[in-house]
Amino acid sequence: MFILQKEFRQIFRDKTILAMMFAVPTIQLIILPLAADFQVKNINVVFVDQDHSTYSQKLISKVGSSGYFRIVDNALSYQEALKLIEKSEADIVLEIPRGFERNLVREGKQHVNIVVDAINGTKSSIGGGYLTVVISDFNRSLDVNTKIPTMLVPTSNIEVTYSDWFNPRKEYKYYMVPGILVLLLTLIGGFITALNIVTEKEIGTIEQINVTPMKKWQFILGKLIPFWVVGMIVFTIGLVVMYVVYGIFPKGNIAVLYLFAAVYMIALLGFGLLISTFSNNQLQAMFVAYFFMMIFMLMSGFFTSIDSMPDWARRMANLTPVTHFIKVVRLIVLKGSGLTQVSTELLYLAIFAVILNTAAIVNYRKTN
Amino acid sequence: MIMKQLLAFIRKEFYHVFRDRRTLLILFGLPVVQIVLFGFALSNEVKNIGIAVLDQSHDVTSEEIIRRIQTSTYFVVKDPLVSHAEIENRFKTGELKCVLLFPVNFAQELRRSRKAQVQIITDASDPNSATIAVNYIQAILTNYQQQLNPTAQIPYQIVPQLQQLYNEEQNGSLNFIPGVIALIFMIVCTALTSVSVVREKELGTMEILLVSPFRPLMVLVSKAIPYLVLSIVNFIIILLLSVYLLNVEVKGSLVLLFAESILFIITCLSLGLLISNQTNSQKTAMLVSMMGMMLPTILFTGFMFPIENMPVPFQIISHVVPSRYYYIIIKAVMLKGLGFSYVWKETLILAGMALFLLTVAFKKFKVTLS
Repeated sequence: MFILQKEFRQIFRDKTILAMMFAVPTIQLIILPLAADFQVKNINVVFVDQDHSTYSQKLISKVGSSGYFRIVDNALSYQEALKLIEKSEADIVLEIPRGFERNLVREGKQHVNIVVDAINGTKSSIGGGYLTVVISDFNRSLDVNTKIPTMLVPTSNIEVTYSDWFNPRKEYKYYMVPGILVLLLTLIGGFITALNIVTEKEIGTIEQINVTPMKKWQFILGKLIPFWVVGMIVFTIGLVVMYVVYGIFPKGNIAVLYLFAAVYMIALLGFGLLISTFSNNQLQAMFVAYFFMMIFMLMSGFFTSIDSMPDWARRMANLTPVTHFIKVVRLIVLKGSGLTQVSTELLYLAIFAVILNTAAIVNYRKTN
Repeated sequence: MIMKQLLAFIRKEFYHVFRDRRTLLILFGLPVVQIVLFGFALSNEVKNIGIAVLDQSHDVTSEEIIRRIQTSTYFVVKDPLVSHAEIENRFKTGELKCVLLFPVNFAQELRRSRKAQVQIITDASDPNSATIAVNYIQAILTNYQQQLNPTAQIPYQIVPQLQQLYNEEQNGSLNFIPGVIALIFMIVCTALTSVSVVREKELGTMEILLVSPFRPLMVLVSKAIPYLVLSIVNFIIILLLSVYLLNVEVKGSLVLLFAESILFIITCLSLGLLISNQTNSQKTAMLVSMMGMMLPTILFTGFMFPIENMPVPFQIISHVVPSRYYYIIIKAVMLKGLGFSYVWKETLILAGMALFLLTVAFKKFKVTLS
């Protein structure tokens, strides 16, 4: 009991750390989702119109009005357009060759060149794709205006209708905010606990604790509970921010959400303490924690979809608690999944919690 | 005399660094792991989308379409659905990203009225995957239709010819490498340097340093140099890995690449020194430099999320993040093979930042302890 009191006092004594624990995640949670937008829009396109005809003008205005593109410039030559790409001011060049309209009317077929900056894979493929769609749309509009379709053979048409569930307006924030909440919670919990025991080692106070008759598990538990409380408070603040700032209210049962958060925090803190017992000084603890956090974060499915990973990577991703918690939080908050639908994830997290904490207790030695 | 003193101090700092084997291991392990992950595990491509079909028609056409979806690498077809009621439950387990519905008498309808409908339901809680899944399915259907109607011809046709600049093989790691380099420098230089000064404060050895005849300025310089060396070694490792492991070609001048990198490293080091002068404990220094810096660096550098998409205030904020400029420079020099004339502006900004941070760091460096 006394160790609990001591730990709580230590946490609340250092105002900077306290600010780091509560203010930083709140601010980041407010700001980051606004910045983290994967949607590809505002693709900068530059035209090289060497034809200057009605059709080429029509095509250009069609591209401009499609909503995805921002026309940066009308370059006079391809070289000039390439300069803009090199300066990263443009992403795509659409080159309309001389005689575009004439050939189109006479031969019914004409090439245009699309040149994309392919370093950013997503942007280039999506941008190129959009542009192709706009052009094929344009093709169809030409038919209607100028001549009656020649083919008399009726075609079979499969129409596609689609509906987007759970997030009808496809707003990115719904996907990002819960993920960011989990990441922040992970960073706080992981780093601060990783530093905890090692600090006592460095200052030397650990020896004083070691000579007391306290049991190992009592010591670890005493370290764990205060941070667990802090973590749950941060989580609650996060949920409030999510609702107040972004208007996202969990669709599912909040009790279930808290159950998961509670188990997850235990697992995470166990991990932090494990690192702390292993390390000799704060710097080392921090770096080891950072190393694993980085891997966890990258593999968690927050940045890229886990489904697209190769097999070995997917298996590795499943071995980190962060992956499961992000998945569950998204499921509960966005889709309102119930406990039965996510029970396997709970099992995973519970296993992590048990293993990591046992390891931390075993690895903590009273004697050096 | 001063040179000799300086050398002695630098040697001492090197000892500090090399003594801690575990940190050193992580220092060099980090870039390796990141390069491997970014190169092989992470991609922005969307593949293996979980899809389930509710086929109420069970005819030749619908089955042919399902077969085509199955053979596509983009989809993983899960157990078929039997009723509408099942859909929501399956979505809630997180197993499915989209559902394809064939209405009753699909093929019959298609034959008779030359028109039939399919419905796609997506899990739009992940908007990107949802959009991409719909696009893929549409492409598969269009392809199938074209085979159904081989004689159909559109009278006017503008054929787009697509050319991919700088990255003909669509190597996905290209976009990440400059980002990884920037991130690692930011962490290694800023975090390690910030800790190294604070540690002396915490242990009390700073007082000894300050009362020595050694100039305080030199203390800072000697603190920074080992990390400069380490960062350069790290940079070489990353370059070698990306060239030989990920087949990324260095197109521009190596000298320019190194010069720009050293400039960026100096900027990060100055930032680290500044943090360490402002904080009083290792813990705070580390929390500021790692937790405070990590996410903003990932976000505002532009390699994960396009900066143009951000709200205007953030676009403005991103201008003060040094890694943003470094990222632009590296991309231009390493991947596009451009020369100095294209990046002088960014270089100037970085140099300005380095100078500013250094001056502030030295000014704030207190010769006396409070």
